[in-house]
Amino acid sequence: MQIIDLESIGLREMNKTLHAQAETTNQTAWEIVNPKGAHAIACGLDAPIEVTVKGSTGYYCAGMNQQATVNIHGSAGPGTAENMMSGKVVIEGDASQYAGATGHGGLLVIKGNASSRCGISMKGINIVVQGNIGHMSAFMAQSGNLVVCGDAGDALGDSCYEARLFVRGEVKSLGADCEKKEMRPEHIEILKDLLEQAGIDAAPEEFTRYGSARNLYNFDVDNAAAY
Amino acid sequence: MKDPSLEPKLGEMLTSMLITMTDRGPDSAGIAIYSGETKGRTKMTIQSDDPEGSFGGLDAALEKVVGGTVKMRVKSTHAILEIPAGTTAKTRAALAEMASGIRVMSRGDSLEIYKEVGLPKDVAAQFDLSKMSGSHGIGHTRMATESAVTTMGAHPFNTGDDQCLVHNGSLSNHNSLRRKLRREGIHIETENDTEVGAAYLTWQMQNGMSLGQALESSLDDLDGFFTFVVGTKDGFGVVRDPIACKPAVMAETDQYVAFGSEYRALVDLPGIENARVWEPEPATVYFWSHNDTPTTHEKAA
Amino acid sequence: MNKQDPKRIPNTTPRQSATFSQDVNSDIRRAAATGIYDIRGGGAKRKVPSFDDLLFMGASISRYPLEGYREKCETSVTIGGLHAENPIELDIPITIAGMSFGALSGPAKEALGRGASAAGTSTTTGDGGMTPEERGHSNKLVYQYLPSRYGMNPNDLRKADAIEIVVGQGAKPGGGGMLLGQKISDRVAEMRNLPKGIDQRSACRHPDWTGPDDLEIKILELREITGWKVPIYVKVAGARPYYDTTLAIKAGADAVVLDGMQGGTAATQDVFIEHVGQPTLAIIRPAVQALQDLGMHRKVQLILSGGIRSGADVAKAMALGADAVAIGTAALIALGDNDPKWEAEYNALGTTAGAYDDWHEGRDPAGITTQDPELMKRFDPIEGGRRLRNYLKVMTLEAQTIARACGKNHLHNLEPEDLVALTMEAAAMAKVPLAGTDWYPGKPGTGF
Repeated sequence: MQIIDLESIGLREMNKTLHAQAETTNQTAWEIVNPKGAHAIACGLDAPIEVTVKGSTGYYCAGMNQQATVNIHGSAGPGTAENMMSGKVVIEGDASQYAGATGHGGLLVIKGNASSRCGISMKGINIVVQGNIGHMSAFMAQSGNLVVCGDAGDALGDSCYEARLFVRGEVKSLGADCEKKEMRPEHIEILKDLLEQAGIDAAPEEFTRYGSARNLYNFDVDNAAAY
Repeated sequence: MKDPSLEPKLGEMLTSMLITMTDRGPDSAGIAIYSGETKGRTKMTIQSDDPEGSFGGLDAALEKVVGGTVKMRVKSTHAILEIPAGTTAKTRAALAEMASGIRVMSRGDSLEIYKEVGLPKDVAAQFDLSKMSGSHGIGHTRMATESAVTTMGAHPFNTGDDQCLVHNGSLSNHNSLRRKLRREGIHIETENDTEVGAAYLTWQMQNGMSLGQALESSLDDLDGFFTFVVGTKDGFGVVRDPIACKPAVMAETDQYVAFGSEYRALVDLPGIENARVWEPEPATVYFWSHNDTPTTHEKAA
Repeated sequence: MNKQDPKRIPNTTPRQSATFSQDVNSDIRRAAATGIYDIRGGGAKRKVPSFDDLLFMGASISRYPLEGYREKCETSVTIGGLHAENPIELDIPITIAGMSFGALSGPAKEALGRGASAAGTSTTTGDGGMTPEERGHSNKLVYQYLPSRYGMNPNDLRKADAIEIVVGQGAKPGGGGMLLGQKISDRVAEMRNLPKGIDQRSACRHPDWTGPDDLEIKILELREITGWKVPIYVKVAGARPYYDTTLAIKAGADAVVLDGMQGGTAATQDVFIEHVGQPTLAIIRPAVQALQDLGMHRKVQLILSGGIRSGADVAKAMALGADAVAIGTAALIALGDNDPKWEAEYNALGTTAGAYDDWHEGRDPAGITTQDPELMKRFDPIEGGRRLRNYLKVMTLEAQTIARACGKNHLHNLEPEDLVALTMEAAAMAKVPLAGTDWYPGKPGTGF
């Protein structure tokens, strides 16, 4: 276990050290102490290493992650794991807005609640939230799965494309062109697998699936009020 | 502050929060602090670019006008006038008549506002903010979007007695609203969008609304992006626009309730590791009041 | 009674309304028939005050011109040296603006790379990610970071020579894009993670930040991911150029790309293109003022775009304070877009060469703004690259010709004082005197 004290070496040195592991992956376990809400911690990683951040992080922690596993032992600021490609990011606390925004792949697990715009414009990432999520989540979500074990806020899945949204609790309101969908066996399978990967004990059967009604896929003047 | 034993540390805590947020606003900084209320007396914070010239003998001169004791504490470019209750308008008129370049930053029984152009650490040092104590306070660092970087354009903006407002975001209908409020007789000093937000609340409260109602109606009448924090004699409130893109983080412990644009601002607060940390919902008015103790709670006013 | 013979009453000439012109009427009929606003490509077509309204004075006795061959007039420019370890060094101050794969075909992107590289300049990706064709054929490639994040990935980000955070575009300040279903081919759909054949909407704001304070943090993240090696540009539309330039610099940009309303788009609402934004001529002085007020002129580079067509435009932009320009529409025309040789096919599409702007429909007879394999075959990227190189060289020679005539050994030494304006409007916007006077509207101290 390598320990990096962010306060003493600074952001640039810390990320440089982690990025250098991409080529030489002998040191696979890293711990970052004293994050104190700093931005851009462990962003742009591209190696199968495991980084644990002891404390809360600022904007864009684990941004554009590839291969790495990043554990945040605290709360995470806006845009955590934004545009993630692969690997795994686990937030033990709450996530601020834009968690997993535009992510292309990998798994983001939020043990607490996620704020607004969780999974905005997601493009293939899987996101599992143990708590609730805020408004405008999965806005323009293109593909991937968003699993919410608690409740969802206003305008869930507004203008979404082909992402699958699973919510166990209440949905305050659905966004434009988002509708309730049938849970078929393949969806139960997907959910079961994601919950297992996230280490969350919940019955897939208790979830409701939401997705695009596909009414806005091609412009029609009769839908003009939705624009 | 819920725990009065922390009150002497208020200035220190706010200073640390302010300096941490320097990246977000290097242009100017300000602080509103609520402290030291005296029965039968009220306060006015004034500012001058030439404090020696403007403040010299000012207390004696004002005493003649208001007909009572006037105490003055000078802090760099600012001075706190302590005047008999009910003489605020008289004092303001007298200051205007003297035409000595004095500007009124705030008025109220316990509110004091200090703000200047410059980096937060320099502004904090200029006013010795870290030594201040109080029951609650609001700090702000500004990255100006459109209006000028000046002392008067810095936040917080004083609205009514003991009320102040800070803002993160950009209002999109402030020009027409400013014209409307000016026609209604509301004094607006700058071209700053936030001042219009502050003046709007003042106007609504003059028309009989409570602060909570005024904040509720701001959601209908103000366009654009905003996270507002307002201070009152008893506490403070938070409201975000319905889109709620600008960041806002709250933390609560048994000792205090705190607000920051980022978690980073809160990291040095005592016991933050175990605080309840969350983000205020869009289009929802939150308010915390000392009068509600022991259990402070959020509510749609 | 004196009855007049109706045949002998003179006819008045039928008169078209200036308000309800044939153009306007056709717009109304189209809206009534379809129920959708007009979507098209390109930039503003209306006549706006432009660089055509400015002239260089040249040199004679009070100033001495340079000789054409022996006496050099330098054209190089370095972009992004403020924070980046590897700034972009260009031989000429004319870059290729961002145009997306999706809007353009793969071979067209390749041709842009070939032409720009041969001329010693950079090209730019667009909304839809980086294609191997353009990376492979571009010596210097600027990677656009857009609200949609289509095709956005860290591997390509690290392959880029610079990153351009796109906040706005001159054709549509404050607006997103719209790529209609016809153009979403298998390859485009795959790059954008979208179902094939649907209308693709591009967001108008970035999904994970809003405002200058957040932008500063986004720039920090992109620098950390790319090791502080490459410059970060911020592209803004010509909306509020003084404030936007100021805030881009405060947020930490190495260069500001400023795009006027004549700047093109692949597709957006016609009403947006023609009615939102400011002419390129009007936005440059406020932006330069912002740079000067912050002490950043020539430290943070200003790249101006929107309707740049010739070496004269390049010279005028630089005289007014730009460090470089970017061309989009002009580059497409150099490649062969809207060429009269396809006139019969343009006619078949209900248009004519020079007016064709339905790029989003994907039926471009020139095979450039299309994903149709048959049409794409018409376009040869090697020939296209050669044509673009020629055009860039000619523009550079033209700009040098003007600069030498003004006595300058570097294009950067052109000044506003080398210019006069032909119209009051241009004088006011560019803050250069009306020809024959020492005055422009709004000149301090003149009471106007």
